[in-house]
Amino acid sequence: MRTTETNEAGLIARIVAGEKELFHELIRPYERMVYLTLFAIVKNETEAEDGAQEAVISAYRHLASFRGDAKFSTWLVTIAINEGRKRLRKAKTAAEESIEEKEEAHEGDYSPAPLMDWREIPLEALERKELREALRVAVTELPDIYRQVFTLRDLEELNVEETAQALGINPGAVKVRLHRARMMLQKRLVTYLKTTVPARRLFFGRAL
Amino acid sequence: MKLDCKHVWEHISEYIDGSVDAKLREDIERHLEHCEICSAILDSTRNILILTADDRTFELPVGYSERLHERLAKELENPEGDLKKK
Repeated sequence: MRTTETNEAGLIARIVAGEKELFHELIRPYERMVYLTLFAIVKNETEAEDGAQEAVISAYRHLASFRGDAKFSTWLVTIAINEGRKRLRKAKTAAEESIEEKEEAHEGDYSPAPLMDWREIPLEALERKELREALRVAVTELPDIYRQVFTLRDLEELNVEETAQALGINPGAVKVRLHRARMMLQKRLVTYLKTTVPARRLFFGRAL
Repeated sequence: MKLDCKHVWEHISEYIDGSVDAKLREDIERHLEHCEICSAILDSTRNILILTADDRTFELPVGYSERLHERLAKELENPEGDLKKK
């Protein structure tokens, strides 16, 4: 999916030197990442798309200040996060703004749902549209701090360090939030699968 | 060390990411060999991650890419839109 880093460095140098049109090519592999990052923060399609456009334009305008000590993808995702946060601040009242979400605010049980049946869920079940929809909803409804980490790590496949850097949190917090996000999703979707997998598939513990 | 289920759950995410140390990995794997419940949790969590990484699960709005490049093209044409020198 991604251009090799050497290619990318070359592209960036040429764009900065004046071949502006090449920016289209540079950004193409990351369009999806920019949108998903915005969506994870603003949770609204139109707002996420507008924000994604702004973030990409901003990346273009500031490209000369990209030094190459970070990966281009991490630099870009940081711009996208800042754009998303800017939009959130605009939408929120000053009162709401002062309430910072912390891990401690989410006391609770983060253990998974133990269900023997799960092993029997056939791969075809993963192909079903309803399951995708259920997962989309479940991710969107995760508490903000968990959804953001989950999006960067498991959707956009950034590593722990990159995620920490982009969100301005420490790697330990990335791991804790990711674990909780995954367990919350497992718990949510286990019910869904349990009720939608035809019972006969589970007969004698194997697919019929 | 013999692990109980709860201990395995606490490390399941890191286990999936391959970031547990060799000793813990071995303990977890020994537990999984005989524990159907934890094996099911591991499988289900992995399935969720497979589904998450699948491009069809989180789709982009129709026409997103076209609109983005259109907007970008306008920016690139703009003589004021030169890159900031820094």
